[in-house]
Amino acid sequence: MKKVMSNKLVIALYVLPALFLITAVIYGPMILTGYYGLMDWTGIGEMTFIGLDNYKELIVDARFWDSAWHSLLLAIFSTLSLAVYLTISLILAGNIKGSNLLRKIYLIPMLMSSVAIAQLWIKIYDPNNGMLNSVLKMFGVENPPAWLADPKYVLAAIIIAILWQYAGFYIIIYYAALKGVPTELEEAAKIDGATPLQIAYKIKVPLIAGVIKVTIVLAIVGSLKYFDLIYVMTGGGPNGSSEVIASYMYKKAFDTYQFGYGSAVAFFLLIITLVVTWITRKFTADDEEVQY
Amino acid sequence: MASTTQPVEKRSIASRIGMVLLYIALGIVAVFQIYPLIWLFIFSLKTNTEVFGNSPFALPEDPRWENYVRAWTDGNIDMYFFNSVWITAVSVIATVLLASFATFAITRMNWKLSKPVLGLFMIGLMVPIHSAIIPLFSFYNDMGLINHPLSLIITYTAFNLPITIMILLGFYITLPREIEEAAVMDGASIHRMFFQITLPMTSPVIATTAIINMIYNWNEFVFVNTFISSDKWKTLTVGINNFVGQYLTDWGAIGATLIISIVPILIAFLILSDRIVEGIAAGSVKG
Repeated sequence: MKKVMSNKLVIALYVLPALFLITAVIYGPMILTGYYGLMDWTGIGEMTFIGLDNYKELIVDARFWDSAWHSLLLAIFSTLSLAVYLTISLILAGNIKGSNLLRKIYLIPMLMSSVAIAQLWIKIYDPNNGMLNSVLKMFGVENPPAWLADPKYVLAAIIIAILWQYAGFYIIIYYAALKGVPTELEEAAKIDGATPLQIAYKIKVPLIAGVIKVTIVLAIVGSLKYFDLIYVMTGGGPNGSSEVIASYMYKKAFDTYQFGYGSAVAFFLLIITLVVTWITRKFTADDEEVQY
Repeated sequence: MASTTQPVEKRSIASRIGMVLLYIALGIVAVFQIYPLIWLFIFSLKTNTEVFGNSPFALPEDPRWENYVRAWTDGNIDMYFFNSVWITAVSVIATVLLASFATFAITRMNWKLSKPVLGLFMIGLMVPIHSAIIPLFSFYNDMGLINHPLSLIITYTAFNLPITIMILLGFYITLPREIEEAAVMDGASIHRMFFQITLPMTSPVIATTAIINMIYNWNEFVFVNTFISSDKWKTLTVGINNFVGQYLTDWGAIGATLIISIVPILIAFLILSDRIVEGIAAGSVKG
């Protein structure tokens, strides 16, 4: 048995195809992105080595920092919204009839492509015939804004669509975690006279701290690299007011053919993603192995 | 006696009101999540006159199913739809098979590097696709794979391996080894054991990962948008995006197109909702 299960040839045969694929498609290109970031390159033809010039340009590129700020705002709001999803999940995980159905309804937007969501919300925000402005007009608002064309509102409008997309995802995660909390603790707390609110926030929430930590990482990292919906809804506009790091990178590379500079932005994005993941995990560590 | 029952009754009235409020809150969230889709379906059946003239909440006077016919035939949606179906299917099969092989070797076989290799797969979860897309584009360009569906299949398969392995792993670890061991005792080869025992035994989790993969691939946008420019190989996401760009003011046809793109996933969800929910929960939490 042991001998069969340590056959090197079989191990290689089973692991190498997958390993080769992620190396060739994920890790190789990831490293190459860092390398291309040191080049002046239009995507076709010769590359010229220019050292850290792209990164020096990046540091003083106001448009890039605007986009980074928008990504940060998205990350902040996504993280704050987790508190709402957690509250909803706490209610659902109590003895609520129909919680199964509600959970599934909440999840439906998450099943749609970002393109479909973007196109749907473009219609919702349509200045003349959109759902939102029709409602506002019904309530007597005279000149409701053209949400996606207005630099003041565009980012908020997009963030709401993104929250709509992901709400169900986080609710599902929290719900699953809450259902895994042993019921004995809740029973004991009830006997001791704890209110439902106390049970929720003093017992259940600390017990799923590990999961909350993971969702914080997911929300922050997911926001920093967010792309599809913004690219389709506004293309980063009007005039850069909804640009995020990933859409800025994509434009530089595939619209203006600055592959070298685009790579530098992409590599920067990778570094922030990894650093933020590490910091968030570090920051929220320790209290993971609570009680039980 | 009376003094003890009264507070209990009071509390139960209060808690009943509390429950009603909770249900209202949950209901509002549900409406917020579902109503935009209902609105989309309603305007997909309207004429432009109805969309522009009447209240957006009015039902269509006479449902225009021909909007769907127009979207399907005029907008090449049939072609994009077919591309999405087969590219999704091939990538899902490749991912699940390769991931099963790797997970089997990592959890069942004895070798020194199994931990670091697993770590390598898991780190892949964190890599943003944007930090790989420029070199991938240039590589596929050199290989003549730009405008070729293989570029999508290879990319989807690779990028879905980490999450698939992660979900499979949780199941493999809980699976007893005795049946597999007995098979080896009986002289079955390791490959026979894998295909005839392990794969069938893991079919529930294979279904979960397959459906999660299917949703990812079906909805993928960036890679198609970057690697495919000829209409012939575009998938539904990029296809509908172009279609909407061309038919900007035809709300009915746009609505119909969007509904067409959502329906397959919705059907899968109706049939397999528990698996999807479980897959999403499992896939995210264990990292």
